[in-house]
Amino acid sequence: MSDLKYFTNGLLKENPLFVLVLGTCPALAVTTAAMNGIGMGAATTFVLVCSNLLIALLKNLIPSKVRIVAFILIIASFVTIVDLVMKAFTPDLYKTLGIFIPLIVVNCIILGRAEAFAQKNSVTRSILDGLGMGIGFTLALTIMGGIREILGNGSIFDIRLVSQDARTILLFILPPGAFLTYGYLIAIMNSVKRKYNI
Amino acid sequence: MDLITIIILALLVNNVVLAQFLGICPFLGVSNKVSTSMGMGAAVVFVMSLANLVTYLIQNFILVPLHIEFMQTITFILVIAFLVQVVELIMKKSAPSLYQALGIYLPLITTNCAVLGIAILAVQKNFTLVSSVVYASATAVGFTLALVLLAGIREQLELNGYPKGMKGFPLTLITAGLLSLAFMGFSGLVK
Repeated sequence: MSDLKYFTNGLLKENPLFVLVLGTCPALAVTTAAMNGIGMGAATTFVLVCSNLLIALLKNLIPSKVRIVAFILIIASFVTIVDLVMKAFTPDLYKTLGIFIPLIVVNCIILGRAEAFAQKNSVTRSILDGLGMGIGFTLALTIMGGIREILGNGSIFDIRLVSQDARTILLFILPPGAFLTYGYLIAIMNSVKRKYNI
Repeated sequence: MDLITIIILALLVNNVVLAQFLGICPFLGVSNKVSTSMGMGAAVVFVMSLANLVTYLIQNFILVPLHIEFMQTITFILVIAFLVQVVELIMKKSAPSLYQALGIYLPLITTNCAVLGIAILAVQKNFTLVSSVVYASATAVGFTLALVLLAGIREQLELNGYPKGMKGFPLTLITAGLLSLAFMGFSGLVK
């Protein structure tokens, strides 16, 4: 049971997006709708869990001098798998996320967790850490996507909240809205954390 | 597409950070001083142009003839990491003064998703060799432009008061949002 803390760690206390500020590129680019956030989050979680698992298994076999290259190769292999699977089964989502699927390779969260956690910990803990970080990232992306979708498009998960011809704040689904939403969300997180001493 | 259109699109209309969200990490991380952001920008211009040249050759003379296009992600990231190392070594020996100026920024570029992203985008857009390299250079100059602008604004902001919760990332992100809004004004420039 004590291992459970490795899972909950990534959800709030070390949330990759709001606290560690890693993986910002996909967070800003794909969160025009809540659904995209879930898709991107699921793809990243898959790669994160698999690469953490494999790196924790191989940690004694990889010489430390070439470890970064080995990590990148492992991560890139899983990204290629995700890329091909999504292309085949979810072509619409694949088109929306576009370039950001192959770019999961350079998502700092994944290499960061490999370097900082998986190569020093057991397989179970590494999987839990990967899951926690991945789900924390997915939650953060979905919240951001939800806010931008509600304000910019007047809908959530494609369910309309206002009538078709009502005016929405279009700015929020355009690029500037991504920066503004993300900035204010971190500011809120910081204030909440300071107030309750988390 | 002629070269002028490619340059204007890459530099202003589809600015790599402010409109396409590539390379956000260095954009937020290295933008606290104008001088460091200039150094970072110069290193990115150099590596990105070189990376597009090499990845173009690999794509068209190795991956496509052998029908292994699905290896693109793995090959490109390895080539970029390798390229950065080689550039660093050569520069250290042959151009020590340039190495002094750019040295510390070079290793950081491997994790800059803009380099990989632009290499893949250039392949998707079916550019020729020349337009691919021009596209990369213009994009990198656009990156430098956004980085230096943000650094200038952040230097000024440090002298002013702002709410405590806004310190650090939130203030930078909101500034970047306003910059991005300003850059949207260029969107009618090319039809």
